[in-house]
Amino acid sequence: MLRIAVIYPELLGTYGDGGNGLVLRERALRRGFEATLVSVSIEESLPDAEIYLLGGGEDGPQRRATDALRTDGTLAQRLDDGATLFAVCAGLQIIGQSFAVEGGDTYPGLGLTALETVRGASRRVGELLVDVDGNDLVGFENHGGHTISHGANPLGVVRRGYGNDGEVDGIHEGGLLGTYAHGPVLAMNPWLADRLLARALGRELEPLATVADRLHTERVRVVRQMSRVP
Amino acid sequence: MPSRPRHLDQRGRLAVRALRSVNATSRALGRGSGTVAGGRVALGIDHDILRKLLRGRDVVLVSGTNGKTTTTALVRAALGVNSASNITGANMAAGIVAALANDNTATCVLEVDEPWLPTVMDAAADAASRSVVLLNLSRDQLDRASEVRQLAQRWQTGITKATQSASWRVIANVADPLIAYAVRDVSNVIACAMPMTWRSDAVSCPVCTRPLVFTSDTPPMWTCTCGFAPPTPAAVFGDTLHVEGRSVPLQMSLPGRFNESNAAMAVVAAHALDVSLADAADRVSRVTSVAGRFDVRRWGERTFRLLLAKNPAGVEALIETVAAEGRPLVVSINANLADGRDPSWLYDAPFQRLQGATVWCDGSRALDLATRLDYAGVAAQLVTDDATFPHCLPDDAVIDVIANYTAFAQWLKKSVPC
Repeated sequence: MLRIAVIYPELLGTYGDGGNGLVLRERALRRGFEATLVSVSIEESLPDAEIYLLGGGEDGPQRRATDALRTDGTLAQRLDDGATLFAVCAGLQIIGQSFAVEGGDTYPGLGLTALETVRGASRRVGELLVDVDGNDLVGFENHGGHTISHGANPLGVVRRGYGNDGEVDGIHEGGLLGTYAHGPVLAMNPWLADRLLARALGRELEPLATVADRLHTERVRVVRQMSRVP
Repeated sequence: MPSRPRHLDQRGRLAVRALRSVNATSRALGRGSGTVAGGRVALGIDHDILRKLLRGRDVVLVSGTNGKTTTTALVRAALGVNSASNITGANMAAGIVAALANDNTATCVLEVDEPWLPTVMDAAADAASRSVVLLNLSRDQLDRASEVRQLAQRWQTGITKATQSASWRVIANVADPLIAYAVRDVSNVIACAMPMTWRSDAVSCPVCTRPLVFTSDTPPMWTCTCGFAPPTPAAVFGDTLHVEGRSVPLQMSLPGRFNESNAAMAVVAAHALDVSLADAADRVSRVTSVAGRFDVRRWGERTFRLLLAKNPAGVEALIETVAAEGRPLVVSINANLADGRDPSWLYDAPFQRLQGATVWCDGSRALDLATRLDYAGVAAQLVTDDATFPHCLPDDAVIDVIANYTAFAQWLKKSVPC
């Protein structure tokens, strides 16, 4: 049984973030695997799961979610034990050392990776295209952060948009993956959904043809035609 | 030529003349009414023109994420008097200025874009009377608008300030926690509790972010452990509208539960302006279409009912209606600037409730929609060719079209009234 846990959707579910869990479950089920999707509310302890998902959120909910995960205190151990964590947007900031909040203050993150997020020069809103080991990650970013890697391994190289810092996007360290492409990014990037599933299931997966393949091809084509910087 | 607006000084008159000149030029060039362009020119000449145009009038403002245009029309109907309004839907300052410059009527009922509400309320300080109807707040076009909690915070600041410097009738749907938050420091709110299907932006407390606990569904009531709770509503809408111990049924021509809520808010607003409940309810029941919305129209020898939804709460409200009626369904999604360029919100809308139906996916983001529907277990067909598409549809039934903003405009343009 593949267990997929969406962490605190009431706080970290600003814009379609629930789509990522849905996509993972459906792509597992259609390949014949048993899979369940659970939403974890802030009043619950993190359940056992193979994949955890962190979404985007506004400043106040982001701080509250971070505090709750710090209090829960099990995420780092779960990653050490082999779980996969996929974090987007505010979720990406939460897993780092610290992030900026309103008023120019800094808030401590979970410290699962070296990333440090400071307030960016401007809000980054637009299409994001990232080269991930030769695969195209395409999505939409909408954030005010500038994320410094401090040696952490990024997910990929930014081809269009801003990502962490205009050069690279996200994080990929062991079972920890993240990107600034927010919301239901796995819907638009079925290859990335399958990469997460393959890791969590511990096996290679057969290709699964869905209409999402056409969506990915179309969005990559459209975004490639846009200027590099929004 | 419209009559000259009252109370205008020399600069104000110059601004209005320039506005009309831009409108006329735009029309002569075939570039539309020039409403917004003219309004911008007027605001450039006289930064205070909105205040001057509102001075001395009876002003009713309507704002919220969903239902602004429809509720504005319903308030106008419920009042039963002539009123000026921004009927083109141009609901930022420039559009409102243009509407007022071209219509001198003493009563004006205006829909206001949410981020603009504090500005417009401030500008209404010299009006003869001031009322504001606050419908709901939910996630909408995050790429160009504030995140919804930030917006509620800006409303809270702006509405508190405006109501401290001038008297306002504030008719607020406090079943929505973000609306209750926006009016928490306003005294004498006419608190309403309307049915609420969309709760995804009402799960955590706007004050402290702890989880809200809903204590009742009808009317929707909630509380937080921090003590934040809505005021006791003076008006509640369930099966009938109850206002201060009296009840009035709403028999609507417009479809959908959400329009009953819009109408209930309009009736309460009119009642606050001394219209009898029975008269107001009777008048809103006769409204059949608003700016093409809910219109039945013809295209390609087929008959369509056009429904507008721009965000997940809007789609959810319409899905409830179309799923119940079971007509063939087209959903048309664009991602132009006016729609929001990011259709991620499709995953917040409960499309799984359409399981068993086949949905035709239309618009520039039809593939995003088809993917969303596929993962929701709903059969999806892509519209690839406008010339042949209508012939794929049954010719003996009314076909429902749910479209977002610019897609809706395209459907209006290519169809004709029945």
